[in-house]
Amino acid sequence: MRCEEVSELLPGIMDGVDQANAEVVSHVETCLRCQAELAQYRKLLRVLHQLRAQSLDPPPGLLVEVLAQLSDAAERGAMRSALAGRKLAYLAGLAVAAGAAGAAGAAVILATRGRGGKLPLAS
Amino acid sequence: MVTNGDGSLSDPLMGSTVAELVARAKAGDQEAFERLVRATHADTYALAYRLTGNEEDASDVLQDTYLRAYRALRRFRGDAAFTTWLYRITANCASTHLARRGRSRHEELSEEVPLADLRPAVDPEAMADAAAERDRVTAALAALPDRLRVVVVLRDIYDLPHEAIAAELGISEAAAKVRLHRARKKLRERLFPTREERHQLEQADAV
Repeated sequence: MRCEEVSELLPGIMDGVDQANAEVVSHVETCLRCQAELAQYRKLLRVLHQLRAQSLDPPPGLLVEVLAQLSDAAERGAMRSALAGRKLAYLAGLAVAAGAAGAAGAAVILATRGRGGKLPLAS
Repeated sequence: MVTNGDGSLSDPLMGSTVAELVARAKAGDQEAFERLVRATHADTYALAYRLTGNEEDASDVLQDTYLRAYRALRRFRGDAAFTTWLYRITANCASTHLARRGRSRHEELSEEVPLADLRPAVDPEAMADAAAERDRVTAALAALPDRLRVVVVLRDIYDLPHEAIAAELGISEAAAKVRLHRARKKLRERLFPTREERHQLEQADAV
């Protein structure tokens, strides 16, 4: 196996995700150049892992901007639900009014009936 | 730019656990969500910075991420850790953002990025300086093409599974793997140039 072929496989083998076949293993065991390359990959991986623990300061003011944007979004959300709530209240009001009108209508009818009922008596 | 932790916000959670705050935020408690933002924003920013390779894009991605998290919070089930969930949103926002802005800023930036350390790799002092090493890797990451950088950051720094990376970037797992290998190869070449490659870099610098 040639170094160039092994070299192409090393980025997959370096973290043990891809299994190196026996041919690759025996090449790397006897090839200083490929061993050096594998060591470089391992080192790269180690430094990349270290970066996880390294915190980076956000630019000043960014947190405030993020929070402001969120409170805008929350306000818009609240406004929407308030409007939706108002719409509901309006609809409920209509229903109540209709109900009341219905009731009033019924009362008129009853009253008329009552009057109607009374009329024969009165006559 | 680089510090270890943020001393000014000693306990943004103020005694509550993340799970408690998530539950309260889901129930509509705005203040609970703000506390979650305060507690997580430095980590999320670090990821956004690693993914985009620069401060301006990272700031945009951070804004998008929390807005999207805020809107999607109801759908967060708590089966993954809140931070993992947030990381996946960050990855998705960064991917969208980088695709939208295209290559323009990358090209602009790659000229500012310091090239590989040209000192001989056997210099023990250079090898011992871990902080300098991290800076070199950070610079090499920033110089990668966006599509390669995003994958290697999510896999090798943040340890996200291939499946999650593929899902957030909208690519197949096989494609994610190919990109990962290319990214690692490019990073190695940049950080450990051979004699000929070093010569080429020196010539490029001299121009």
